Amino acid sequence: MSDRISRADVEHVAALARLSLDDDELERLAGELGVILDHAEDVAALDLTGVEPTAHPLPLVNVLRADEVRPTLDRDEVLAAAPAVEDGRFRVPRILDAP
Amino acid sequence: MTASSPSSATGPGVDDAIGIARAVRAGERTARAVVDERLELIAERDPELHALLLVMGDEARAAADAIDARVAAGEDPGPLAGVPVVLKDNLCVRGVPTSAGSKILDGWRPPYTATVVDRIVDAGGIVLAKANLDEFAMGSSTENSAFGPTHNPHDPTRVAGGSSGGSAASVAAGFAPLALGSDTGGSIRQPASLCGVVGVKPTYGAVSRYGLIAFASSLDQIGPFAATVADAALLLDVIAGHDSLDSTSIASGVEPVTPHLGEGVDGLRIGIVQELTEVDGIQAEVRAAVAGAVEVLTAGGAIVETVSVPSTVYGLSAYYLIAPAEASSNLARYDGVRYGLRVDGEDVAEMNGRTRAAGFGPEVKRRIMLGTYALSAGYYDAYYGQAQRVRTLIIEDFRAAYERFDVLLSPTAPTTAFAIGAKASDPLAMYLSDICTIPTNLAGHAAMSVPFGVDAGGLPIGVQVLADALGEPTMFRVAQVLEDGAPAGSGGIAP
Repeated sequence: MSDRISRADVEHVAALARLSLDDDELERLAGELGVILDHAEDVAALDLTGVEPTAHPLPLVNVLRADEVRPTLDRDEVLAAAPAVEDGRFRVPRILDAP
Repeated sequence: MTASSPSSATGPGVDDAIGIARAVRAGERTARAVVDERLELIAERDPELHALLLVMGDEARAAADAIDARVAAGEDPGPLAGVPVVLKDNLCVRGVPTSAGSKILDGWRPPYTATVVDRIVDAGGIVLAKANLDEFAMGSSTENSAFGPTHNPHDPTRVAGGSSGGSAASVAAGFAPLALGSDTGGSIRQPASLCGVVGVKPTYGAVSRYGLIAFASSLDQIGPFAATVADAALLLDVIAGHDSLDSTSIASGVEPVTPHLGEGVDGLRIGIVQELTEVDGIQAEVRAAVAGAVEVLTAGGAIVETVSVPSTVYGLSAYYLIAPAEASSNLARYDGVRYGLRVDGEDVAEMNGRTRAAGFGPEVKRRIMLGTYALSAGYYDAYYGQAQRVRTLIIEDFRAAYERFDVLLSPTAPTTAFAIGAKASDPLAMYLSDICTIPTNLAGHAAMSVPFGVDAGGLPIGVQVLADALGEPTMFRVAQVLEDGAPAGSGGIAP
């Protein structure tokens, strides 16, 4: 069992990832992530000064399309898949503090 | 063994895709009869295997009748006329439930259809069913499906591999001659190897990903499963090519592979990748299969030598930083707002957190956490940045190898199918199943698995043929020679 990652680290990352994990999950993930990161240490430890990072295997630049009106997804069909809608829009719980 | 045999040793049969399409186009067999036959087999065998999440019986019968009507009217429905195709359930079909093996999308009906599915239907193919997968394609055994594991048709106590285990098992069980999967680190090739079928990961950008539920976008690629190399070539030629709906699609187009199948390997230079063949824990019979493949290729006139691609030893570590990082970003869209599950909360953040905690399974949570950690302040350069630099080294090492060799060879997976549950509680052991397949995804190249022999327990072994970007025509020539020269009992439909 690795102690590379603390329980506090896991709670912080879970908050960033918007995952409400329970105590068991936080505990287990602290160990599991540590083991996986221990394995990744072979990569972290390499001296790669001067090596350019590769983000994408194709040498692509932005692909643009012509600025023409084209059919889009049907709004009613898209909204039919949403958990909650109102007046043709997605409905969500409040985002801002109550006044 | 001659180097120029024009097609597979057996030629088109009654049950392969080429044979079905030929018979349906000629009016000798109806698409409806083909579909009914496969549906019957599914009803008989799938309760045991659980390869499928959804059987589209009514839609498939209606599509088959339409094909038969066109043939009767003197039309040609196309190269896949009447051929049933199974889709991995991370490929969208408008109005048809698509879950990606996750509770968070259970019951979701996409408002659009993947380009590959449109191309199959335009070619006369019939979408028969949606196949089981590891949740969001994250896994190597299909045990991470929220709807339960898929069993290997050759031995139902064993895994089918993953993440496209349902697609591989469907072809191995004869549910359909063709299936589609997606491959981010080996998710087509590894289950193909474990189920004894052909599985192809095309060059990055060769096949449109419009309508594929994203996992790791710089690595994901859709590709075919089939019982024969020629059938895999047929499906690849149908789905490959530029698509303006996918901005990562290669604009120059892709050369068809079928015309090259019979060209043999005489004079080809083939390199055995030392680092991917001498991996820890490799099964002796898998190593012997690679040696057997070398004999077949040498007899066909190829020049075979060992080659070192040194940085591939870092492939697994780099992949398990890059893929989770991209996944953590891609899966941010499952927020309980636009589709799928919602678990209510006092505010948006609480609703998001509760929804994602309830909707994602353990492996998906693990990867989101790993990826978020690798991208977080203070660790970005040490992990994600470093992994991206390793990716550059792997590309450079492959480039050097492909200056000397036309294609490369390795095992597809270190072992044959393992027992269900054997690696379920050890994430790292599971990740090691992809050690031979991952470098191809990091480089954006092509690779495929071809059945080549069985182990002492009768379980299939796969040999991997790797090619440079857009090297599919040469890769398929080699695969065809391997299929023709494979030991008796390789591949085929599981009893």
